[in-house]
Amino acid sequence: MSSRDIILGRVRRALGDAPRGDAQASYETAVDRGYRREHGSRTTEETVDLLAENLADYRAIVHRCQDEEELPYLIMRLLAARGPRYVLVPPGLPPEWMSAADPTRVHDRAVSTTHDLDAVGSVVTGCAVAVAETGTIVLDGSPDQGRRRITLIPDHHICVVRVPDQVVSSVPQALERLDPRRPLTWISGPSATSDIELDRVEGVHGPRTLEVVLVSGE
Amino acid sequence: MSGTFVGMPAFPKAAHEAVGNTTLRANLKHATHTIRDKRAKAVAELDDWALLREAGKQIKDHTLRHLDTYLVQLEEAVTAAGGTVHWAADADEANRIVTRLVKETGESEVVKVKSMATQEIGLNEALEAEGIHAYETDLAELIVQLGHDRPSHILVPAIHRNRGEIRDIFTKEMGAWGRPAPEGLTDTPAELAEAARLHLREKFLRAKVGISGANFMVAETGTLVVVESEGNGRMCLTLPETLISVVGIEKIVPTWRDLEVFLQTLPRSSTAERMNPYTSMWTGTSDSDGPQAFHLVLIDNGRTDTLADEVGRQALRCIRCSACLNVCPVYERAGGHAYGSVYPGPIGAILSPQLRGTASEIDASLPYASSLCGACYEVCPVAIDIPEVLVHLRERVVQGGPATRQGNKVVLKPAKGHAAERAAMRTAGWAFVHPGALRAGQRLASRTRRFHPRTLPGPGRAWSATRDLPQVPAESFRDWWQRTHGTKESGK
Ligand code: SF4
Repeated sequence: MSSRDIILGRVRRALGDAPRGDAQASYETAVDRGYRREHGSRTTEETVDLLAENLADYRAIVHRCQDEEELPYLIMRLLAARGPRYVLVPPGLPPEWMSAADPTRVHDRAVSTTHDLDAVGSVVTGCAVAVAETGTIVLDGSPDQGRRRITLIPDHHICVVRVPDQVVSSVPQALERLDPRRPLTWISGPSATSDIELDRVEGVHGPRTLEVVLVSGE
Repeated sequence: MSGTFVGMPAFPKAAHEAVGNTTLRANLKHATHTIRDKRAKAVAELDDWALLREAGKQIKDHTLRHLDTYLVQLEEAVTAAGGTVHWAADADEANRIVTRLVKETGESEVVKVKSMATQEIGLNEALEAEGIHAYETDLAELIVQLGHDRPSHILVPAIHRNRGEIRDIFTKEMGAWGRPAPEGLTDTPAELAEAARLHLREKFLRAKVGISGANFMVAETGTLVVVESEGNGRMCLTLPETLISVVGIEKIVPTWRDLEVFLQTLPRSSTAERMNPYTSMWTGTSDSDGPQAFHLVLIDNGRTDTLADEVGRQALRCIRCSACLNVCPVYERAGGHAYGSVYPGPIGAILSPQLRGTASEIDASLPYASSLCGACYEVCPVAIDIPEVLVHLRERVVQGGPATRQGNKVVLKPAKGHAAERAAMRTAGWAFVHPGALRAGQRLASRTRRFHPRTLPGPGRAWSATRDLPQVPAESFRDWWQRTHGTKESGK
């Protein structure tokens, strides 16, 4: 007998005492979903403000940008302040965003090895959705976000969030919008550890600086 | 269950020694109180906490009740998404499977994300015996590994070490494992973290094989979820060519939507954050993003035996948040090592003796590692009634009775050599022997807090005799909730 059969057999014997019936059918009624879809009631503007507040609370640096015209200049300034030699861009990042940037652009596919990637200072991406109540941005590997590794190894990540379109209030609302078949990365503030005497230290392995640009729609 | 702490003294003895270690006690006290207070605030932000908790409990109970169906569904979904599923009945089999998978890649090094399941089966040791080095990449696990030590807390495994000790460990040991610690390393947390970053980065960038656990597996979609803070998880999950995830069969949730409950309750219960810094979710393999080979090893290793116990099976709901450790007056004094298992604290006291059986002295003593104050039940985000299971297991140790071991029904004999426990049971009177009466009695105990003992019951008395237990709040959360919100929770 395979271990698969052994384990499934043990499960069935273990549950001998329980009336069971069809799993999927009983699932509908098994769980009381009386909990909230979002916490509190807010205007769209207030939701965006809450996102900004919670991002900042988790030590992300938040910038506001009134329109897409201004965005390239803001990105230019943010990069200039850090002075990386190379900046990584995913294949589908709107080219205008980088039109004013100084550092040499490297494309996702060009960094073939992890060591190549380690030489890159900054990365600029879009996002799939942002969650206001938790201060979280979610990346789903779409062309404007690139592969998971590119937002992990460089020390500085600039993430552009289109507000209010890409902002939801809560975790339940975010899951509704996401496709589980894509690889997903949820990011709440920069990498952090509290392993040494519970003192919080930013940036153990992931980017030590996370800058989030909230850009208002056209 | 192999890979356990062979030769561990029983809990009262180990605890007695731990209590004498002042560094450990001070660190633990600071840690548990800090996390405890922050957690209460994070939880208070969600006014539907009680409903989320109840939903989490119901989702897990439903899943356990149909575990066979969901395991098969998960297997299909993972396979359809390009992964390969393996089944392991016990620790040895799981270790053999993982060792074979690593060998097939031709590699002799793997990077690991902190995972209790792989600690439970003793994977690192098994790999080492076959000439494969497993590098722990979580900062705390690195400290533990370099210090030739064992973890003492689920969430902050190196909490028993202070910064000076960590600096010494890094300076002395890092060189033997790879990049040495920088010259003149001081003991500031920022410098220590930087040393770990440089040491581990070298390993991440060349790693070909990653090994992880998972916090959740979604049966409907085949998605695995890992929740972490540092980014070492993301490194291990996305940079290697091959990813092997070793996961207990109880970690399933039926649907994608179910994550909405646990992604709200887990971070807040665990690190007291609205959300942990990083959560990774992957479904099989993706074109050119992340590992191109994905293996899921599903382990039983005592879980089906636990499932067979009608009272004890609720322990399988555990999402390993560690909230119960941080409120436990016994854990706070004894520390994680005293529990002789990778699962310390209140959850360890009920999980280990079920996964491993109660044959050894340490396992037989674990159900006594509690004052039954009920604080663990009150914080548990999936409402595991830990005191109820503790008492059930005490009864099992003292009286013997029917149980399931490796899928077979057995009748346990009363444990030998537990005179202390038997005496404790006698003084506790008939209530312990009558489970029905017991529940009422136990609730009564938590409601008559004025009369709460100032020392621990049973064998714990020896080491608590000279120490005061913390005050139990005058009114339990559950009582407060019932008083202010009516009878919503009275089902339990
Ligand atoms: S038993 Fe409950 S409180 Fe303890 S670790 Fe598990 S889920 Fe958390």
